[in-house]
Amino acid sequence: MAVMNMIEAINSGLETMMERDDDVVIMGEDVGYFGGVFRATAGLQEKFGKTRCFDTPISECGIIGAAVGMCAYGLRPVPEIQFADYIYPGMDQLISEAARLRYRSAGKFTAPLTVRSPFGGGIFGGQTHSQSPEAMFTHVSGLKTVIPSTPYDAKGLLIASIEDNDPVLFFEPKRIYNGPFTGYYDNPVEPWSKFAEAEVPAGHYTVPLGKANIVRDGDAVTVLAYGTMVHVCKAVVEEHQINAEVIDLRTLVPVDIETIEQSVKKTGRCLIVHEATRTSGFGAELSALVQERCFYHLEAPIERVTGFDTPYPHSLEWAYFPGPVRIGEALEKIVRDLKS
Amino acid sequence: MADDNIQSNLPPLTLHIPEPKFRPGDTVDYSDLQIPEAGAQARPDIHSAPKDMQHLVYDMVRVLDDDHKAVGPWDPNLDDEILLKMLRTMVQVRTFDDRLHRQQRQGKTSFYMKCTGEEATSVAAAMALHGDDMCFPSYRQQGILFVRGYPMIEMVNQIFSNKADKLKGRQLPIMYSSSELNFFTVSGNLTTQYPQAVGWAMASASKGDSRIAAAWCGEGSTAEGDFHAAMTFAAVYNAPVIMNVINNQWAISSFSGFAGAERTTFAARGAGYGIAALRVDGNDPLAVYAATSWAAERARTNQGPTLIEHFTYRAEAHSTSDDPTAYRSAQEREEWPLGDPIMRLKRHLIRRGVWSEEQQEALDAECLEAVKETVKEAAKNGILGHGLHQPFETMFQDVFEDMPWHLKEQAEQANKEREIKWPS
Repeated sequence: MAVMNMIEAINSGLETMMERDDDVVIMGEDVGYFGGVFRATAGLQEKFGKTRCFDTPISECGIIGAAVGMCAYGLRPVPEIQFADYIYPGMDQLISEAARLRYRSAGKFTAPLTVRSPFGGGIFGGQTHSQSPEAMFTHVSGLKTVIPSTPYDAKGLLIASIEDNDPVLFFEPKRIYNGPFTGYYDNPVEPWSKFAEAEVPAGHYTVPLGKANIVRDGDAVTVLAYGTMVHVCKAVVEEHQINAEVIDLRTLVPVDIETIEQSVKKTGRCLIVHEATRTSGFGAELSALVQERCFYHLEAPIERVTGFDTPYPHSLEWAYFPGPVRIGEALEKIVRDLKS
Repeated sequence: MADDNIQSNLPPLTLHIPEPKFRPGDTVDYSDLQIPEAGAQARPDIHSAPKDMQHLVYDMVRVLDDDHKAVGPWDPNLDDEILLKMLRTMVQVRTFDDRLHRQQRQGKTSFYMKCTGEEATSVAAAMALHGDDMCFPSYRQQGILFVRGYPMIEMVNQIFSNKADKLKGRQLPIMYSSSELNFFTVSGNLTTQYPQAVGWAMASASKGDSRIAAAWCGEGSTAEGDFHAAMTFAAVYNAPVIMNVINNQWAISSFSGFAGAERTTFAARGAGYGIAALRVDGNDPLAVYAATSWAAERARTNQGPTLIEHFTYRAEAHSTSDDPTAYRSAQEREEWPLGDPIMRLKRHLIRRGVWSEEQQEALDAECLEAVKETVKEAAKNGILGHGLHQPFETMFQDVFEDMPWHLKEQAEQANKEREIKWPS
């Protein structure tokens, strides 16, 4: 089995689908000849030709809008939005169009597109290259939101997203493109090649949408996270020697409520972690779901650890980032009575 | 500083807020509206470069002259049979609009939008396209469905949101959808269909297909970013698409000046993108047909996109929720110098000797009877607000292909509420 970082795994997923299905086309800013600013589409234009993988004008509205029209024709476009921070000009096409086509045409027109977009911070990207806008999409009926945290999952989830007949927002945590991140930003990045999750099968396989992954078994507290924060949470849990169950949600909509419910009913405690801003973040939804379904099993208030409600700062990035200190404190607080 | 002194001598800045020429009660005078003579416009070869025909964006393609003759190089030379079908279809649309508007006033549905005065811009345009060309309409292109033979009863069922409504009562009346007839599902958000039409056309070209796309939007909506994204994409990829701008002068209460009409024409938008563009007398069905055929031939032969401004007039209210007497002069419609498309085609056919006032009266009566009959039939399937026409599950279907757990839970809740709210 090949060892790949997340970019290579995504590239392999795209290549696999382009080979299998002539209707899969890739479009976006700089994705063609150059192969994408993060190299996710490297080599695809050369292999499949200019009409299968091509550059677009700098117009997210145009990219998503044209992709919706291509869906109406029968294609299965995989547009790339270069940074999730740039997706807003395409919002109307995503929310009012892609997400609603199936409903408003009673199933006659559909939008099986997968919008790939690097998201999240921790790369000194400043406020316009660091945002985590996933909750804006989880709030929209008709959209699926998927976020991988390993190369293996990235390829399998991407293929599942492309094959899905509904529009999918596929957010790629760019901080962990090259290797998992523990939250200790001073430490050098350990490359994916040192980790088992970097073993990626050649060819076609899927990781199903709507299924979470329990990345660490435990009984003291359930930690719900996705993307980069899965790895940060795992590291902090080890550091604090707390026997937490860490769940990588992988898909936010539809969320794997069964896995969440089973875990929280077992542990009686729940910590929710995301990098996105706090107010109306996806953590609020998770917190409400856990409270509604597991209230009588809870031994402590649900805790949320998130980014602050500010734009993503540049120089103070590591003051903003919900790293080991913030997560560690919340973990200790939630299990306090267990330890005493 | 010297610059400061210069500036202090200038009058203060003023902000220009456009104002239409006529308001309610005003006498309308269209004498400064430039209406070129019919037949005077050159018809460029379809292989011409956009830059070689830029004068046409300030001109107006016209075929029917004041004596109701078809004149000039744009005369599409259509057979009597086609012209009679065009007339019949436009009459059907107008009759349908009148009757269905009345149904809304009688409380049988929530909303209606007429296209009165603009029938040519969808009927003649659709007739110049192939049936398998993909249309991305706005909300006033019901004429396309009539041309393509969509059953009228399906339209009324949709307007009544009744149990036979193919869209399951989900859409506002008149927001039709027919994948079978290549009529894209109508959006209430403006101009979103423009980049979609371009994307469809790009897909068709990339697959080596022969079908082209056509989109419609109003002049007011050309201000949306989607319009400009679509123009850019169409130009960049030389997409086989026709982009129709229906300049009916009014966007609800905002006159065309709020979309930039005080400065230039809407066809002139094409020049900046290097896109072929025509400005057409939108109340002249032959001119609309000719322009669309010309653009379609260009698109079909890889000559790329065309922007067509149809200069017309919204003769009625924006919708049943609108009252134009509150913001524009009633005389505008009466004095409109380009007349009425049905009247003009009728007179042309009479002049050709293939039609008469008696035949027109008979056609009007026949169309009215057909619509009345259809409305009666459709009402048997129910009308909006009288009973529950769709099972509650349908509210939750088609959000996704497969219903996820949270929607199943919510569907269950809706059904429980139903038992309380509407006990059987």
